[in-house]
Amino acid sequence: MKDYKGLVRKAVAGVTMAAALAVPTMASTAEDTIKIGLIDPLSGPFANVGDLGVKTFGYLAERINADGGVLGRDIEIVPFDNKGSAQESLQNLKEAADDGIHYVTQGLGSHVGGALIDGVEKHNRRNPDNRIIYLNFAAVDPAFTNEQCSFWHFRFDANSAMKMKVITDVMAEQKDIKKVFLINQDYSHGQYISKAGKEMLAEKRPDIEIVGDVLHPLGKVKDFAPYISEIKSSGADAVISGNWGNDLALLVKAGAQAGLDVDYYTYYAALVGAPRALGKAAAGKVKIVTEFQENLAVDRDADELTEIVETFGDRYAPFDFTVLRIKTELDMLVKAMEKAGSTDPLAVAKAMEGMSLDTAMGTATMRAQDHQLIQPLFISTLSEKYKKYDAEGTGLGWVMDSEIPADETAVASSCEMERP
Amino acid sequence: MIESVVFSLLNGVLYGMLLFMLASGLTLIFGMMGVLNFAHASFYMLGAYCAYSISQVLGFWGALVIAPIIVGLLGALIERVGLRNVHKHGHVAELLFTFGLVYVIDELVILVWGQLPVDYRIPEALDFTLFSLYGSDFPAYRGFILFMAVAMFVAIYLLLVRTRVGMIIRASLSHPDMVGALGHNVPRIFTFVFAFGTGLAGLAGVMAGNYFITEPGMAFAMGPIVFVVVVLGGLGSLGGALVASLIIGLVTTFAVGMNYSIADMLASAGIAFGQDSVLGINLSRFGPMLPYLLMVLILIFRPRGLMGSRES
Repeated sequence: MKDYKGLVRKAVAGVTMAAALAVPTMASTAEDTIKIGLIDPLSGPFANVGDLGVKTFGYLAERINADGGVLGRDIEIVPFDNKGSAQESLQNLKEAADDGIHYVTQGLGSHVGGALIDGVEKHNRRNPDNRIIYLNFAAVDPAFTNEQCSFWHFRFDANSAMKMKVITDVMAEQKDIKKVFLINQDYSHGQYISKAGKEMLAEKRPDIEIVGDVLHPLGKVKDFAPYISEIKSSGADAVISGNWGNDLALLVKAGAQAGLDVDYYTYYAALVGAPRALGKAAAGKVKIVTEFQENLAVDRDADELTEIVETFGDRYAPFDFTVLRIKTELDMLVKAMEKAGSTDPLAVAKAMEGMSLDTAMGTATMRAQDHQLIQPLFISTLSEKYKKYDAEGTGLGWVMDSEIPADETAVASSCEMERP
Repeated sequence: MIESVVFSLLNGVLYGMLLFMLASGLTLIFGMMGVLNFAHASFYMLGAYCAYSISQVLGFWGALVIAPIIVGLLGALIERVGLRNVHKHGHVAELLFTFGLVYVIDELVILVWGQLPVDYRIPEALDFTLFSLYGSDFPAYRGFILFMAVAMFVAIYLLLVRTRVGMIIRASLSHPDMVGALGHNVPRIFTFVFAFGTGLAGLAGVMAGNYFITEPGMAFAMGPIVFVVVVLGGLGSLGGALVASLIIGLVTTFAVGMNYSIADMLASAGIAFGQDSVLGINLSRFGPMLPYLLMVLILIFRPRGLMGSRES
């Protein structure tokens, strides 16, 4: 048994070394490119989400380069596999720094986001000549732009509090919603949604009754039928859920099988794989709050965006171009570099503070106080009656219910940032 | 109250029977061959994916017949080419072999079918409401799963106990040399048992893949719980696997409905204590832990499981 353990240790060490060696060699093809390190899971259960990130960033960087790049230089995306772990991500950050990378970007998981904010702060304090900016496109813990805020962190996704504000605003306007049930995963993200959802509804529509508030274990429930029975007997008209992955799909599928007729207000029904997993069970019932979905490009007659959606979809099917904020992130970075006339992180960070960018969905502004992007948000429903593009080839597509202008999505921040 | 008990019973039995479909093959392989097959849930996943691909062409009913056979044949191939050679080097080697197999199958599935879930649907013929109870619908497909699981138990039981084939299979385990001396090909019998066991896992995949979600993580999600069932029921015991599946199904389902904590119970008895401590946590949140707790307890107090025959 002892030998076996030793063997495993050696094997693990070997694989780690190989991986560590492989990544930098892949990156160091051209010396004068502007490198952006993409730190996300490229293996393990969330590899598909990380993979979409690599494809989206890669595709958009290619377009920017085809247009002449930034300050005469090309953008290069350097992927790092963090295996979904915060510890690995810090290792990736170190590798990126050693490789002379000044911009890192990450999305999946606020546990990773929190570690990166800390890691980047420390790195920049110790290496003032070699600083790093962290561009966050999906880690939505409100703390990152409140008590934990950092000058080196910029968030391009609406945070959890903003999304809940939007969801509850929209719910408050619907007078036929009388009873609401909250079901969430039992960890910081789900607990936050449960708490914020209850507070905001109580404030905006005191007459709405919270008929249930369930926290279930993360990723462990196989059969949601017992929860569905509970929702059904509570008489709820609407369900709020921050669930993602199988926890969302199994919930909605079990609901459809039991004939439960409610609207689900969700955060992550448009995440990679979710439309496929949900299937027709979700038709007309599942709503999301996002900054974009493909059919909005048609609604807005946005030609460039339509072209992106179509070429991306053709090239990477069944993956869709769903994450517009990645485009916003890169476009804003390019604009900031051009404004600063350099790629020096400090100059670029200063240029990006308070910067506005016209996107096809409206104006997006990087709030200087806390580095939270304020952009228009949309509530959409997965439906059979979509305009043009279906999601992941399911025959169901997103249809816009309502648009929330940028200024109405903003939530005040308690951030008091230390600026260099 | 009665309403929720009835629903929990129905849901619990159904989940239990699904677990049984998966566990029966695993316990059979262990009971007959002494091989603890870590890759069992991977064959379950293969069953679901094969069923998806076949149902595109032949419909669900074609998939129901063909997918388990394909998975079983693959199992036979793996036993014949791999496991039989590894067998010589003892149980640890076998264990490591099946452990490696898990990752190989995982990656193969991603290569062939991609990382996204596939849209494997419940057949239209079974997509209706069987009956309504207290305003909740009971889908026909759930009834079909229950029916198949019961039929499976009866069929395996009869095969092993009432047929000549079953007799030889059982004899091959306890007295392989004697069975060999009587002119039977013992290694071939082992191949057959392994194929049959993996085929059962494939069948479970066909049935559960559309009820749950057919995605690359499904083997990983089901693997641990199946082991709990088999250990709890007693390694190698078919009856034990059935009882253990039902216990775990019912325990996890009933736990979900328990929206009160130990501290609440104490409070209703007039004792205000521990609302802020671990006693104040809702019992429902302990639900998913219970099967594993049961396994730990049974290993301490009755290592051979509920109905197992061997001590180790």
